[in-house]
Amino acid sequence: MTTETHEHHAPRGLPDWAWYVGVPVAAVVWWLVYGQLIPFSEWATSLFPVARDSHTGEAIAFFIYDVPKVLLLLTGIVFVTGVLRSWFSPEKTRAILAGENQIWGYPLAAALGVMTPFCSCSSVPLFIGFVSAGIPLGVTFSFLIAGPMVGPVGLGLLYGLVGWQIATIYLVFGFTIATVAGFVLGRMGLERYLQDWVRELNAGPIGDMPEERLTLVDRLKIGVEQVREIVGKVWIWVLIGIGIGAAIHGYVPEEMMLRIMGGEAWWSVPAAVVVGVPMYTNAAGVIPIVEALLDKGAALGTTLAFMMSVIALSLPEMIILKQVLTLRLIAIFLAVVSAGILATGFLFNFLL
Amino acid sequence: MKTVKVYGPGCKRCETTETMVRETASRLGIDVTVEKVTDAKSIAMAGVMSTPGISVDGKLIHSGGLPDAGKLEGWLRA
Repeated sequence: MTTETHEHHAPRGLPDWAWYVGVPVAAVVWWLVYGQLIPFSEWATSLFPVARDSHTGEAIAFFIYDVPKVLLLLTGIVFVTGVLRSWFSPEKTRAILAGENQIWGYPLAAALGVMTPFCSCSSVPLFIGFVSAGIPLGVTFSFLIAGPMVGPVGLGLLYGLVGWQIATIYLVFGFTIATVAGFVLGRMGLERYLQDWVRELNAGPIGDMPEERLTLVDRLKIGVEQVREIVGKVWIWVLIGIGIGAAIHGYVPEEMMLRIMGGEAWWSVPAAVVVGVPMYTNAAGVIPIVEALLDKGAALGTTLAFMMSVIALSLPEMIILKQVLTLRLIAIFLAVVSAGILATGFLFNFLL
Repeated sequence: MKTVKVYGPGCKRCETTETMVRETASRLGIDVTVEKVTDAKSIAMAGVMSTPGISVDGKLIHSGGLPDAGKLEGWLRA
């Protein structure tokens, strides 16, 4: 766009220098606050008239420590992700994948699924855009599975709350499931199970928009916009998740946890998936629960299966996709992805 | 008279975009009709993959996220 002078000046916000100074200052403040969370939460807990080592005291301490921690992590991750993703777009991703019919289209699609910004409300136009550009159905699925499954919010919180080892395992297996499930689905020749109107659709005209040039400040603004939007939307799920985590941490006896979610109980893995799919929350809400479960001795495989099915498979998403996929295809999709999650769960319970 | 179409299934950002278009146009005194396209099929057929999308007189000029206020003015004036 050409720059013109506007007589009616709309408020444009801060000047550029304020961004170059403000963002590093905010990062330093973030770092300092993050470092003071333990003393702060211990102090705040001591204000409650309950013994620190009682059930209630443990639950309160967990809650007070986790709420600022998760919100800080969430803000940081969403900001950084928002800035990084401003270099990607569904249009660019489609252009990359459209020419890619080789086997490594699947891992490539999964990687782009993690980096491409898209909200679940536009998954239908995105799906059609991909399929009509000749991207194979299986590759499209790899993209759609990886997006939520190995999203940066989930990984970052897992890293911050549970540790890098488990975050890495989650990344590797989540990515593998997205790749392999897409490949398997692609091999099954499922095109006939798309809704009729999608199959009949002639390739829509590819949007020939002029590429918008973004300055670094534009990208930083996108990051802040994302924080406002996402943190504004998920904070309630975060509080609910931490509340449940705190209750588990404070009140659930370890013997009971071992009996229900321990490695000996083979049925706990499928049970975790069955419980996880209809649970509608997001990564930010489920990871505090995961933290409390692991802490109480739940088996890693069972917990991974639970977390993956909550994050990657959600009923509202299926209902949105119902516009383009027949029920039969949705069922096959669910079955294949669940199989991958079950395999991961059993593997880790068996290994550890 | 310009015809502006806002593509989006009805999420919050799509509604905000529509409001932005209307307000900007009336502030600049530009005569526009704003049409909202909410049907997934029509959105996809227009080549929009990430919503909200905006087209002016049949030409797609933006997709994904809220439009920048300054750029929106430019599109409406052009």
